[in-house]
Amino acid sequence: MSKRKAKDAHLPIGECISQVHQILRKRFCHQQLPVKPEGVEAQHKHLAELLKRTVVHGESNSVLIVGPRGAGKTMLLRSVLRELSQETEVQKNLLQVHLNGLLQTDDRIALKEITRQLQLENVVGDKVFGSFAENLTFLLDALKKGDRSSSRPVLFVLDEFDLFAQHKNQTLLYNLFDVSQSAQAPVAVVGLTCRLDVLELLEKRVKSRFSHRQMYLLSKLTFPQYLERIRDQLSLPDDFPDGKFAQEWNAAVTVNFSELFNVLLLQKKETYSFQMMCLSRVSVARPSITPTDLLDASRFCLADANANMLHGLSILELCLIIAMKHLNDVYEGEPFNLQMVHNEFKKFLQRKSNSMYNFEQPIIMKAFEHLQQLELIRPADGASAKTQREFQLMRLMLDHSQIMEALQKYPQCPTDVKQWATSAFA
Amino acid sequence: MEGLLEHPGYDGEKLRRVSEQLPCREVQAGMLLSLMGEPQQYCYPSLFIYGHRASGKSHVVNVLMKELELPHVTVSCVECVSSALLFEQVLLSFFGCDAASLLPRSPSLSDFVRIYKQRTSEFPSKQTRYIVMEQAELLRDASVNLLPALLRLQELDNVSVILLSEIVWDKFRPNTGCFEPLLLHFPDYSKAELLQILSAGRNSSYSAEFYSSYINILLGVFYTVCRDLRELQHLAALNFSKFCEPVAEGKETETHKLWKNIEPHLKKAMQTVYLREVSRSELSSGFALHVLPYYSKFLLIAAYLASYNPARTDKRFFVKHHGKIKKTNFLKKNEKTSNHLLGPKPFPLDRLLAIFYSVVDSRVAPTASIFSQISSLVTLQLLTLVSHDDQLDSPKYKCAVSLDFISAISRTVNFDIVKYLYDFL
Repeated sequence: MSKRKAKDAHLPIGECISQVHQILRKRFCHQQLPVKPEGVEAQHKHLAELLKRTVVHGESNSVLIVGPRGAGKTMLLRSVLRELSQETEVQKNLLQVHLNGLLQTDDRIALKEITRQLQLENVVGDKVFGSFAENLTFLLDALKKGDRSSSRPVLFVLDEFDLFAQHKNQTLLYNLFDVSQSAQAPVAVVGLTCRLDVLELLEKRVKSRFSHRQMYLLSKLTFPQYLERIRDQLSLPDDFPDGKFAQEWNAAVTVNFSELFNVLLLQKKETYSFQMMCLSRVSVARPSITPTDLLDASRFCLADANANMLHGLSILELCLIIAMKHLNDVYEGEPFNLQMVHNEFKKFLQRKSNSMYNFEQPIIMKAFEHLQQLELIRPADGASAKTQREFQLMRLMLDHSQIMEALQKYPQCPTDVKQWATSAFA
Repeated sequence: MEGLLEHPGYDGEKLRRVSEQLPCREVQAGMLLSLMGEPQQYCYPSLFIYGHRASGKSHVVNVLMKELELPHVTVSCVECVSSALLFEQVLLSFFGCDAASLLPRSPSLSDFVRIYKQRTSEFPSKQTRYIVMEQAELLRDASVNLLPALLRLQELDNVSVILLSEIVWDKFRPNTGCFEPLLLHFPDYSKAELLQILSAGRNSSYSAEFYSSYINILLGVFYTVCRDLRELQHLAALNFSKFCEPVAEGKETETHKLWKNIEPHLKKAMQTVYLREVSRSELSSGFALHVLPYYSKFLLIAAYLASYNPARTDKRFFVKHHGKIKKTNFLKKNEKTSNHLLGPKPFPLDRLLAIFYSVVDSRVAPTASIFSQISSLVTLQLLTLVSHDDQLDSPKYKCAVSLDFISAISRTVNFDIVKYLYDFL
C-alpha cells in the first residue's frame, strides 16, 4: 500500500492501477486523439486553411493525403476537424460525409450512404435517377440555403481512396471531382490513402479534374526521437488524479527506456502492440513498468511465427521437412512430390540400424497432408484433379535457416535426426 | 504476468473455476486475461491466436467467455460461407433478432456497419464485446474487404475481434496492409503435459497410476507420429479395453507384462493412426481382386507397364526378337528420373493394345468386349482418362494404381511384372 504522504489527494494502489489501465488503453486501443499532433504542423496548417476556405469563402477544393499505414492520416484529419468545429460558422454550415473504401465497395452503395449522411432520404423518396451525375446534382441542389444563393458547403472524406479507384468507370470519383471543379456547390474532397502511386490508378478524365494537391505524411524521425515518442505515449498525463503516483510512474518509464535504448530493437512500425504488451503486465502486485517487462514485450513482438509452429511438429513430420530440405539442396529448388520425399526418407532409414521410423505409406501420406494443411508446403502449380495425391508436385515454403533454427530449439530431438539435417550429402 | 487467480474486475470464484477447466494452459489464459483487462476497459482491437490443432485455442477462449459471462459471439468461418451469415449471427447475439431482421437481402458490409452503429448509439455498451472467429483462415477466401474491416471494428464501439487459426499471420496479410492484430502463440503441449491431460480422462474403475502407466506406454509408441491431443484421446479410449483384457481375465497384473501383450497390437494400430476414415489404398486393396475378369487384369497390367515404362523401351520388352539395343542410351541417367517417383505418364490407346496383345499369351481378337472392359476400368478409377472429352479417336489414359496393388494382381495371373519394368532393370 502507498505510504506516501502526498499533499494532493492520493488514491489506493488498486484504483491507481485501474486508472492507469483506463487511460493508457484508451490511448493504445481506441486511438484517442492526442492534444496536439507532433511532427505534422505544416500539413496541419495547410489542411486547416484549405478547409476553412471552402467553408467560409465557398471555394471548392480537393486534396489527397498520402502516407504509409499508421502514419497518422486519419488522426491529422480528425484533429483539423476538431479545431475547425470550434468556430461557430463552421459548426453551423459545414456538412460532412465520411465514406470508406472498405465499406462502400460499389458506387450505388456509396450514393445511398451519401444520401443517408446528408439526411436527404425523405427528399429523395422514391425518385429514380437516370445517372449518377443527376442524382448527385439533385442532392447538392437540395442543400441550397433559403435564399437560393448557394448551397451549403459539403466535406467529402474518402478513406481508403485507392479502393474507390477500382469501382467501375470510377463514376463516384469523376462526379465528385467534377462538382469540385465546376461552380455548382462548394465541396471539399479529401482522400486518404496508403498507396504512393495512387495517381496512376486514376483515369485520365478523373485525374484532370483533380487538383493534384497531395500531402505526404512520411515519417522523418530519427531513432532517438522515435524512442522518445514511444516513451511519451507510455507516460501518464498531467491531469492524473494522483499526482505523486504519476510522477513516479513517468520517472520509472524514462529511466528504464534510457537504460535500454541500446538493446531495444523495435522492428515494427506500429508500436501499439509493444506498448500494449508492456501495459498488460502492470498490476497491483507490480505497479510499474520494469526493464524486464520491456525486454519481454520486445522479444514477444519479434517472435518468429514459423519457428513457433515448427516447434510443435511431430518427429516424423520434422524428418519429412529435413528430407525436403535435402531435395531442395540437391535439385536446387525444383518441386517435389510425396514419393520423392518418402524415397529420401527411406535412404536415411537404411543408414540407421533400428527401424523405429519405418512407417507405412499411409502414415507418411497423412503427415505430408498435415504439413500441407499448415501451409508449410504448397502445390507448385495449383491443385490438379488429374494427378494422384502422392504424385502432386509441391514446394517448401520454409527457408534453410528457419529449419536449422527450429531444429536447435526442438525439444528432445534425436541426435541422428540432427546429424542428418546438418550433413552435407543427402 | 499475473497468476490466473487474481485479476481486478473479475470474480475470484469464477476465475478458480476457469483455471480448473484449463490444465496446462494457465499461462496463456493469464496472458489473454491481462490483455483483455477489466470488462469496462478497452481491449486491443484485434487479437490473432495461432497454434497447432488441438492446442486449446478454442477451448481456452470459450471457457473464459462462458465462465466470466462476457458478451460474445462465436462464429465458425466454416459455417459462414457468405458474409451475410456472419453479419446475422453477430447482430443476433449482440442486439437480438429485431436488429438482425433489419439486414436487407444479401447485405453488404456497409449495411452491417450502419445497423451496428445505429444500435450502439441507442444502447451504448458498458463492457467490451467479443467476436470470436474460429478457422479464420477461411476469411482470406471471402471478399477482400472483410478481413481489414473486421480488424478495425473497434472504431465503432468497444468491441474486440479474436481470430483463431492454425496458419501464421504472415499468410493472411492483405496486399496493401491493414491494422495488424496482436499475435498470440499457443504452444504445443509437451510430453509431460500430454500425460497429465490424458491421465485426467480415466474411468474410475482403475487406479490413477495404472492408467498413467498405460498412457505412458501409449505415448511412447505414438508420440513420434502424432502429437494431436484429440487423436491421442481417441486412441487411448480405443485401446484401453485391449490393455485391460488380461487384468479383467485375472491373468496378469504387472505392467511390463501387460506392455508386452499390448505392444504388437499398438504397432498394428499405428498403421491406422489418424485413419478413422478408410484410406484409398485400403479401399482398392480391400476391393476384391478376384472380381476383375481375366482380360481386365491383363489390361490393367498392360496399362501399368505403358505408364511406367518409357515408350522407347517397349521394343526391348515386348518384341520377341528385338535385336541389338545400345546400352548407353538405354540405362537411366540418374535416380531422379525414376518413373516411380515422378508418377504415371499418359499413353495412347494404341500403345495399350499393343502391349496387351504381347503380354497376353493366348490370341485375342479386338472385339467390343475388350474395349468395354477398358471403359469399365476407367469407371472403377483404376485408369484415368487424360485427354479431352471431345477427342474420340485417340483417347489417352493414365494408370492410377500403386505398385503393391499391381503386384498382387499379377500374382493372381502368374505374371512376373517386375521383369518387365524399366525401373527395376
